[in-house]
Amino acid sequence: MDFLNRSFRHWSLLPAVLLFVVLTIYPVANLFRMSVSTIEFTQGGGQWSFTPLRNLALLRADEVIPAAVRNTLLFVVASVAIEMALGLALAIVVAGVTRGKGLLRTVMILPILVPPVAIGSMWKLLYNYDFGIFNQALTALRLAPVNWLGSTSIALWSVVIVDIWHWVPFVFLILFAAVEALPIDVLEAARVDGATKWQLLRRVVLPLLRPAIVVALLFRTILAFKVFDEVYLLTSGGPGTSTELVTLHLYKVFFEQNQLGYGSLLSLALIAAIVAFLLVGRQAVRMARAS
Amino acid sequence: MSTPAAALPIPRSAAAPPTAVVGSGWIGGTLLVLAVVAVVGPFAWILTASFKYQIAIYSGEWPFTPTLSNYAEVLFGRRSDFVGNVVNSLIVASISTVLVLVVGTLAAYSLQRFRWPAWVSVGFLTWTLVFHMIPVLTLIGPWYVAFRELGLYDTRFALILTHVTINLPMTVWLMRAFFREVPPEIEEAALVDGCRPLDAFRRVTLPLVVPGLIAAAILAFIFSWNEFPVALSLTSRELATVPVAIARFAQQYEIQHSQMAAASIVSTIPALILMALGQRFIVRGLTLGAVK
Repeated sequence: MDFLNRSFRHWSLLPAVLLFVVLTIYPVANLFRMSVSTIEFTQGGGQWSFTPLRNLALLRADEVIPAAVRNTLLFVVASVAIEMALGLALAIVVAGVTRGKGLLRTVMILPILVPPVAIGSMWKLLYNYDFGIFNQALTALRLAPVNWLGSTSIALWSVVIVDIWHWVPFVFLILFAAVEALPIDVLEAARVDGATKWQLLRRVVLPLLRPAIVVALLFRTILAFKVFDEVYLLTSGGPGTSTELVTLHLYKVFFEQNQLGYGSLLSLALIAAIVAFLLVGRQAVRMARAS
Repeated sequence: MSTPAAALPIPRSAAAPPTAVVGSGWIGGTLLVLAVVAVVGPFAWILTASFKYQIAIYSGEWPFTPTLSNYAEVLFGRRSDFVGNVVNSLIVASISTVLVLVVGTLAAYSLQRFRWPAWVSVGFLTWTLVFHMIPVLTLIGPWYVAFRELGLYDTRFALILTHVTINLPMTVWLMRAFFREVPPEIEEAALVDGCRPLDAFRRVTLPLVVPGLIAAAILAFIFSWNEFPVALSLTSRELATVPVAIARFAQQYEIQHSQMAAASIVSTIPALILMALGQRFIVRGLTLGAVK
């Protein structure tokens, strides 16, 4: 015990560093080695062979990637934009309500904590062509049922709707906390000076909320790029490649096509893209804070 | 705290909260009700579906005769491993939560209290951030290869280890924010009185951040319970967790819709329990993690 005590300041960080080195830094380094290899698992273990050109050729021949990148960008931009707008509007409007805020906050935590897989399976039932709630409602209104997950032109938007349902609560919770923390005397001063509601909103409230908005936007964008579970459940990328996303494609390359080497090449490209996005995002936060 | 509202003639109803900006009346109330319905509605629909016979779901009959047969079939049916899946998930989530709390709290405390060279502290925190932002799927390939070669593929040990790693960034950032609010003087006083560093941490500082520990524990448990892609790729049928089992349900050739609904409802129970017990801690944890 005495030894643990004397060297506490030195070993306290050690377990975390060890874990990160073994389970994140080493695997990322290993990605480089894997990305120029072909790896086959046989009875005895992994058989590695050095095939950098083969993996590049696979990349060039991969026809799913353009669709996956396009769908991912569309998915991220559409869902994040709508989530930010809805979350912000809800946070600002609900701040003016006197009762029921506690209930809303409780309810809004639900979608964030429930397993995303369960959300996917729930919405798969809600979207069901024959008996889902949406088509039941359409039939009741004497309208034609919609093939929510089976139509190439609609499936991606159905997935976006699920994401909006899942994540508006998160944006709301962050922005609602920021709205409740607004400096009251500033708001009062603006009111005393005769600011209209619209002026108050545009000139005082939104500028004060800007740091929180930027943070929520950044978080949502990055999480949206990571989406996998719900889409795997809802469509698994189909029909065709109409809801194929970068993460889904990566999973399929690794575990359905068993291309560990080529999958690593894709992983590296994805990590590079995200690091680039982080650098740009950091600059954006700095500029938002500075002005 | 200043309360200018009482002294100044402000043209608004006294009942409206001071942060009321727009639509303080019925618009806000209506939106609030709509939001609650929009979130709860799907849950309610699935809940009723889980108590229906398959045929009642198809016909959409209302009112329907409720049945517990879906839950019975999911939990105790001869072809169902769901109880085993629940046990697996509970084991993995509990152990990984305890481990990530120990490792993450120590690291957060160390970074906050001790003077590490900048390249250590900044490097560590930056890497946790970057790792948290990368889709975990990018690392599943190397994890799979490493665990296969070490003979750890398809073990709970491998799954626990990866879940600890995945939850570590969130735990470190959350606990660091809580440690920051503890004045260092309290601990310095204890050290001057002859308390040893490790004891000062355990007996003086740690009790002051219990709310943070609760928040981090709840979130780590939930995220581990919910985690899907790693569990899907690193385990076989025997060690599958609840999300993997639900995914298999949804991909059967002939989907048992009512059982799928029941299994989904069961999978949300831990989240519901923990939310009822620690709502305050969760909101604090979620928003703190996002804002700081």
